Amino acid sequence: MNKEMLLGDEAVALGAIHAGLSAAYSYPGTPASEIMEYLVKVAQKSRGFIASWSVNEKVAYEEALGVSFAGKRALVSMKHVGLNVAADPFMSSSLTGANGGFVLAVADDPSMHSSQNEQDSRFFAQFAQIFCFEPSDHQEAYDMTRQAFDLSEDMNIPVMIRMVTRLSHSRSGITSGEPRRPNDLHLGARQCWTLLPANARTRFRRILDLQAELIQFSNASAFNRLEINPKNTRLGIIAAGIAYNYVLENLHGAKEKPSILKISTYPIAEDKVKTLVGHAETILVAEEGYPLIERSLKGLFGVAGKNLIGKLSGHLPLSGELSPEVVRTAVDLKPLPQRQTGDFKLAGRPPQLCQGCPHADTFNALKKALEGYERSNVFSDIGCYTLGYYPPYNAVNTCVCMGASVGMAKGGAEAGIHPSIAVIGDSTFGHSGITALLGAAAFNTNMVLIILDNCTVAMTGGQPSFASGERLLKIIEGVGVPKEHIQVIEPLPKYLEKNAQVIKEEIAHPGISVIVAVRECLEEARKKRKR
Amino acid sequence: MKPKRKQDIILAGVGGQGILSVAYVIDNAALKEGLFIKQAEVHGMAQRGGAVQSHLRLSKDRIWSDLVPRGEADMILSVEPLEALRYLDYLRPEGVVVTSSTPFVNIPDYPDMEVLLAKLRSIRGTIVVDSEKLAKEAGSSRTQNTVMLGAASKFLILRQENLLEYIRVLFAPRGDLILEANLKAFELGRRAAEL
Repeated sequence: MNKEMLLGDEAVALGAIHAGLSAAYSYPGTPASEIMEYLVKVAQKSRGFIASWSVNEKVAYEEALGVSFAGKRALVSMKHVGLNVAADPFMSSSLTGANGGFVLAVADDPSMHSSQNEQDSRFFAQFAQIFCFEPSDHQEAYDMTRQAFDLSEDMNIPVMIRMVTRLSHSRSGITSGEPRRPNDLHLGARQCWTLLPANARTRFRRILDLQAELIQFSNASAFNRLEINPKNTRLGIIAAGIAYNYVLENLHGAKEKPSILKISTYPIAEDKVKTLVGHAETILVAEEGYPLIERSLKGLFGVAGKNLIGKLSGHLPLSGELSPEVVRTAVDLKPLPQRQTGDFKLAGRPPQLCQGCPHADTFNALKKALEGYERSNVFSDIGCYTLGYYPPYNAVNTCVCMGASVGMAKGGAEAGIHPSIAVIGDSTFGHSGITALLGAAAFNTNMVLIILDNCTVAMTGGQPSFASGERLLKIIEGVGVPKEHIQVIEPLPKYLEKNAQVIKEEIAHPGISVIVAVRECLEEARKKRKR
Repeated sequence: MKPKRKQDIILAGVGGQGILSVAYVIDNAALKEGLFIKQAEVHGMAQRGGAVQSHLRLSKDRIWSDLVPRGEADMILSVEPLEALRYLDYLRPEGVVVTSSTPFVNIPDYPDMEVLLAKLRSIRGTIVVDSEKLAKEAGSSRTQNTVMLGAASKFLILRQENLLEYIRVLFAPRGDLILEANLKAFELGRRAAEL
């Protein structure tokens, strides 16, 4: 038996490789980054496929779609909010369909361990009416990814693998199968892939007509395991993804085990749900994320004669991830005895900028430059520098989504904020800041954009940045920022006064200015020395 | 009596203190002994100098949850004293705490050391190890995590030789000096826990 210890993310990656992958694309984002990290590592050794970081998730999705059009197998991976960025090609790809197998792996982050919101990608799968697998453990992450490629090619549809943080970042042993070779080049049919209204109507009809078949696939899938206990008609449980683990953690040794339906694919296996609901008086639905299954069951009026419980009834929490404990309470077991710290005050330890981080020096200079202004604001973005929100910096006041700082600073300036400052990292700028700067430059908005160029995607572990160094300066100039208002500073404690002065001067300029603060991420420099 | 073949461990520390290296050694030793393993880690934003933990579950039978249920951990193994207390509600009544006494102070409201150590010593079944001192004795202050692994090895259901094997696998590529320091750190930690 070939057992390997893998992260859940890595199990998806290995499943894709063994399914005969030709190319994979991604943008870094916790908890999905390790899928591509693993693929990059393997591709460097074997060179059998392409594993590539992209500029953003939309671009990654489109690159993967190009591979599928060419008849080869493609994987695209991202975190949940990345799919918002890629939503445009995603929604239309359900119409084009897949030519070579096309699998989208999305990792949700319930509890927002490292994210700005909690959203449930199963709704996206439902929205696009494509098929979705939801693994509950590492072996399933591997097996389902392989099966997802088969299904994608059999039915010519994109298929989603929905991961969550706790599976993505948990390690366990998996048994892998025989690898399959990649496809040869065979191009997609132009009437399928050119979504002119006349073609698109036909293609939309097709995905609608496929739904019954997809439900049948779910009904027949062994992953959707139904275990009826004829002796227990009191409680039936529908448990999806890793929620199934929490149910079994609490009930695997129970004498009067309730009937349990494990849901692992979408659209939902209707026949199996009917059987379970018919068997028990109370139905508990346990699922990670939003109450998708529970809401489908409940509809507007509930299930006649049944007691339906879950997130909507308050038996499980609507926000935050599930845990063995919350599920334990929902299945009516007493909590285990726990040790307590008593009255000891446990000081919190939030994440913070590293000692000597270049961002800290930029924030210090920025704060100095802003002294005396009463209507100023600093709009920030997604990255390590968002930690500038915390003391001792208290330097930034917004963080919404990738690239939002630039557009928000323009809007803020137009609403009367002065100085209106945007602070964004080099990779985030490349991801979604460039187009917003194009607008601000075209309108010569009275704002200052500070780009923190630390030469890497630091927060997620040091992936390559595409908008760094010389190329970054050319981009800024290329979108129309006047050369005399593009400044480069080196954020170091000894240049505090000088850097604050540069920022002050650009604030005084009544138009668009960009200041690039260049200093390599310390963590990355340390890793490079190690290598 | 056959030893119990199930153990739930909470590994605790601050981002960058090397708890994933400790997890690597335990995971692989357990894999070699034919156990099932699940190990939940913290990646991303929280790793930046924040509190981090890893849930490590070993068993001869199938493991369901990736997270250790509160009240079920057999051991809290912490490379930092304040972090040892953060997860106390995970510990079962007869569980043990194996913790370093060396503080990692990167917050303004870090508790008074004497109060903190007194609190730790008041917890039944706690082993407090001066990991900084022992790591220096071993030859490198960066081996504190291995000192703590050595201390914990007294309670682990795994064979010491298997733990040592994966310390070698992990540190041999980083040179003889680092490997030797870690092997010695393990031994010093082990002895400290025996006292």
